[in-house]
Amino acid sequence: MTMTSEATKESGATRGVPLVEFRDIRVSFGGVHAVDGVSLDLYAGEVVGLVGGNGAGKTTLIKTLSGAHPADSGEIYINGEKVVIQTPRDAKKYNIETIYQTLALAENIDAPSNMFLGRELRTSWGTVDDRAMEQVARRVMARLNPQFQNLRTPVQSLSGGQRQSVAIARAVHFNARILIMDEPTAALGPAETAQVHDLIQQLKAEGIGIFLISHDIHGVFDLSDRISVMLQGRLVGTVNKNEVTKDEVLAMIIIGKLPGTVTKTELAELHS
Amino acid sequence: MSVSEGPPLSPQPAEATRPRSRFGSLLRIAEVDTRLMGMLGLLVVIWVGFHFWSGGTFLTPRNLWNLSVQTSTVAIMATGMVLIIVSRNIDLSVGSVLGVVAMAMAILQAKILPEWLGFDHWATWIIALLAGLVMGALIGGLHGFLVAYVGVPAFIVTLGGLLVWRGVAWAMAKGQTIAPMDSTFQLIGGGSRGNIGGFWSWIVAAAACVGIVALLANGRRQRHKYGLRLRPLWAEISLGVLCCVLALGAVAYLNRYLLPERVAAERGGGNIPFGLAIPVLILIGVTLVMTFMATRLRFGRYVFAIGGNPEAAELAGIKTRATVMWTFVVMGILVALAAAVQTARLNAAVSGLGTSAELYVIAAAVIGGTSLAGGVGTAAGAVLGALVMQSLQSGMALVGVEAPIQDVAAGIVLVAAVAVDSYYRRRPK
Repeated sequence: MTMTSEATKESGATRGVPLVEFRDIRVSFGGVHAVDGVSLDLYAGEVVGLVGGNGAGKTTLIKTLSGAHPADSGEIYINGEKVVIQTPRDAKKYNIETIYQTLALAENIDAPSNMFLGRELRTSWGTVDDRAMEQVARRVMARLNPQFQNLRTPVQSLSGGQRQSVAIARAVHFNARILIMDEPTAALGPAETAQVHDLIQQLKAEGIGIFLISHDIHGVFDLSDRISVMLQGRLVGTVNKNEVTKDEVLAMIIIGKLPGTVTKTELAELHS
Repeated sequence: MSVSEGPPLSPQPAEATRPRSRFGSLLRIAEVDTRLMGMLGLLVVIWVGFHFWSGGTFLTPRNLWNLSVQTSTVAIMATGMVLIIVSRNIDLSVGSVLGVVAMAMAILQAKILPEWLGFDHWATWIIALLAGLVMGALIGGLHGFLVAYVGVPAFIVTLGGLLVWRGVAWAMAKGQTIAPMDSTFQLIGGGSRGNIGGFWSWIVAAAACVGIVALLANGRRQRHKYGLRLRPLWAEISLGVLCCVLALGAVAYLNRYLLPERVAAERGGGNIPFGLAIPVLILIGVTLVMTFMATRLRFGRYVFAIGGNPEAAELAGIKTRATVMWTFVVMGILVALAAAVQTARLNAAVSGLGTSAELYVIAAAVIGGTSLAGGVGTAAGAVLGALVMQSLQSGMALVGVEAPIQDVAAGIVLVAAVAVDSYYRRRPK
């Protein structure tokens, strides 16, 4: 765990108070410890890649921040202040936006309605202002996915890339300061993936803190500043991307050992 | 954030549509709901079929007027059932709730209020109706609470309600028939006095035309203002003309049904048309309000989002439990309204009132395009669905089909409607 504290100290010294800090988060389902005492932080303008195998607890950890599933114990600090996040509404209050792996779209309604779901623009009469929402949605889409024109059809008849852009548009439109992206490119082709990568760089430059959850180690390596690795509900460690190789991260994911502690034979087994 | 800024897009044609037929593509350009057109077509087939089968009595003004009144109660409730089914729930208790609310309103105005206020006091009907509406809202709220907050499936809650409220309705009067109703209250049920006459019916039709034109014009102006795609002008105009002709034509035809001479004499004699019945006006009002609620209010948007993906609705920060509970409250209020129409029309309440109404209400919603999988449905569709069901029932009664055989036909139509529906939904788009 020495790597964790070193990395944190170094960042902390240069960038002040973290945007998000998890302290000793625990979540269990029945007797299973899905997240077991994880502490992790994220700074403004930074991308932290959260990697690990299936069932490592990445999504469960992040759900405690997005409000989808509150933690059993542990604390979350936003800008150094302790916060309680019990529901997605609480998370939105702190400008935390999430792009879920499942996209979380209502299939039967159109893209603007999904984008503004729960935060509808309203007319002075208090009715939902569909036309204003469509106009805004068109403007956002012109940037995110210019080929996407048929905004008024129900989401279920859209392509994977279009659906993904709706989910992304929803997260980035509402002045997110903390963005959680759970497998944002899983459903996308190479061109669309490149587009999402560009977007992440752009959002980062705007000072947004991003948690990027992914199976795609190459993508994570390209985009992240730091990489946190989870295994069986525990944090293996957090490393600065520039100080490690992909193999070392792979070793953390699979056998849970920090760089420098992995033996040659273990490394050889990884590749076999 | 810079992502939200960018050059506004010029209006673009929709994605290429696969031309199936010339008429089909014409309808698509005009953005006419083909599903609605299909239902109207089915209705025309049923009406014309029964007209010939009954030897020319089905399409008489008198029969259509009766049909409009008979359709009202089921249609009023069906508009609420749409919201319930859209949010992936069901309400099997509406028939029994109708029975118990009807009984309560009847006892109130036939037994309790006359002792306090005197017989046929002017306030009687208001108090009775309001009490009924509040009671319906509370019963619906109880069901909704059990479904949304306690987590009992709606099927079970309302199946329980089906038994409980029927029993309560019986217990309230020990099975007696309660009559008569307050004379003003009776107007709610239609009949020879409960209608607005020829002149006001024309006013209603004219108002409908003004409303249709205003809606179309406003929609077009707004879309233009925001630079969104417009419907072709010819389509807009023909749609407006068609709707106005339908509204005016319906009133013109119904106005040919005249009051019996004895009743007409009370109103000064001569040929006095019935005009639109009050239950029909209530239905029109309910349909407008429910459509507004479903399409223009956040509540309606949330009901549809919950039906499309409950998890997504929750993650979007919607108060899903409260929303589901409110759908049952709205249902309860509409059931109470239907109960008022039924009691007023019968001028009595019996504990069996509304028995098996739930089946007709659910059938009307489903035939009217409400998907049992949730997320899809319209109030106007449900009203048309109710009209289809009632047309079948009245038509069969008119040609002398026995009641049990009518049930056989109604059941087959319901299953067939769902079968056709799921076939069309499965087909690749």
